[in-house]
Amino acid sequence: MNRFLEQRVGFAMLSLAALAVVAPILLVIGAIVVRGIGAINWEFLTAVPRSGMKAGGIFPAIVGTLVLILGTSLAAIPIGVGGAIYLSEYARDTWLTRAIRLAIVNLAGIPSVVYGLFGLGLFVLFLQFGTSIVAGSLTLAIMTLPVIISTAEEALRAVPTEFRTVSASLGGTRWQGIRRVVLPQALPGIITGVILGLLRAAGETAPILFTVAAFFLPRLPQSAFDQTMALPYHLYVISTQVPGMPPQIQYGTALVLLALVLSLNVIATMIRSSFRRRRQW
Amino acid sequence: MLIPTRLARLRKIRRPRSSSVSWGRWTEFLIESLIRILGLSTIGFVLLIFLFLLKEGVPVFLRVTPANLFGARWYPTFDLFGTMPLLLGSVLVTVTAIAIALPLGVATAVFVREVAPGWAREILKPMIEVLAGIPSVVLGFFGMTLVAPLIRTTLGAPTGLTAFTGALILAYMSLPTIISVAEDALDAVPKSYRDAGLAMGATQWQTIWRVVVPAARSGIITAVMLGMGRAIGETMAVMMVTGNAARLPLSLDAIFRPVRTMTATIAAEMGEVAQGSTHYHALFGIGIILFLVTFVINLVAAPAIFAKRRRGGLR
Repeated sequence: MNRFLEQRVGFAMLSLAALAVVAPILLVIGAIVVRGIGAINWEFLTAVPRSGMKAGGIFPAIVGTLVLILGTSLAAIPIGVGGAIYLSEYARDTWLTRAIRLAIVNLAGIPSVVYGLFGLGLFVLFLQFGTSIVAGSLTLAIMTLPVIISTAEEALRAVPTEFRTVSASLGGTRWQGIRRVVLPQALPGIITGVILGLLRAAGETAPILFTVAAFFLPRLPQSAFDQTMALPYHLYVISTQVPGMPPQIQYGTALVLLALVLSLNVIATMIRSSFRRRRQW
Repeated sequence: MLIPTRLARLRKIRRPRSSSVSWGRWTEFLIESLIRILGLSTIGFVLLIFLFLLKEGVPVFLRVTPANLFGARWYPTFDLFGTMPLLLGSVLVTVTAIAIALPLGVATAVFVREVAPGWAREILKPMIEVLAGIPSVVLGFFGMTLVAPLIRTTLGAPTGLTAFTGALILAYMSLPTIISVAEDALDAVPKSYRDAGLAMGATQWQTIWRVVVPAARSGIITAVMLGMGRAIGETMAVMMVTGNAARLPLSLDAIFRPVRTMTATIAAEMGEVAQGSTHYHALFGIGIILFLVTFVINLVAAPAIFAKRRRGGLR
């Protein structure tokens, strides 16, 4: 019976390990919700920061993050979906294709702060965009590409080959088949990938540190070449750079950022699971 | 009278059709070329990133002597650019993080894949996805305000902002990567292995640890490597909780003292340097090191990632 006892102890330890993984996640979310919820009110969400960011709201940071998400998606969606179409529909298994895949794996692994350096070197200085929404969005877009490409490619590959064959048999060209048949079928999967990529961009601080983020700018950005505040950087600033910050504002900002990112996460998961339940093939 | 009408009719029918066919061919050609370019663009981006890191980073290797660059003191204001403390700081924090995350991650992956009842899996998997989605600055904030004081009081140390605090946060940040890759590795072990183990009279527990996990070994090594890649490149959380003291972490209690990583150095100092100064180039030099380290890690791990894709990823 000894080894069955061993099994029981072993399984108990495994579940303890799983608990040790999950419990801190709940703790982080719980602590931020409980301590931050008191700060959330209409003024906090819609007013500009006042008295050295110690009062008022975080409206410019919220808008800044939304603008960055928009800018990132404008650049990342066409490139990412196009790249995924190439890999799934056109590319053959050549050394070039393998090089592309290697490049995607490596893009995914490059540290976010290195993206920041790159954005500073290329967009801010070399192309002279200055620290601007354009520079920040493009930096974030390149960072999100691997996520978008690999999820979109999986979604495209999941569409059965018959769909393409039938389209071709009706006289459709390859591109017509992709546009009218394959893409619509893969759309929910692609959207999931895009959202997952964008939520990563929304929460990142290091790539926007030197490319777009403003320490304190109590107004909305005026143009695409303007700086802007952003939620993650704002949280960093008020929790490390400003002495005597009221904790409630810090936790409130963390809560808004967390809520934004997690709600995007939930939306992506919902699209994916409803799509899996509905699909016929 | 008749002929021009017929001609006109012919033109009316023919012209649009023929032009629309060639127009269609043209757009098709244009679109396919565009897609090809977009497909190739990722290679371009990797090259571009490396190129600009080199462009801004190489001058430091020309301006600063190697003895200084690999020295033990990082005091840019006194022209001392010793990267050793930062390099060892990154290594210390990363290795400790993996030492925490590896057993936790593999155990969780085994639990999810082999043992857990359906309902537990339904809770665990989304929770791990949520963890992957929490922004690093939020985890850093949590670590600063709640974990660090806890560590200070339990250690009785002057500060809770230590290498260990950073490693703890980093361990949780690399867990989603480790768990999902390890899970894929376990998934790839054929069912017949498990059946054979059980048929020999081994318990499920014995089968898992003596057959399934060893068979998934290479995948688990990949998981650890990708987790390390995540951990060494992590910036904000580490910067917020490790205390950022640039000294060699060589004493025995180094893990419970403040430390500074390469990433945190770039993030903290780039905002204050003059563009074109040696310090500016030195930060890009650190960026080159980080790029190369993660590049090598991913290059080695790539075959395993591709193998997973060939088996069909979407589950």
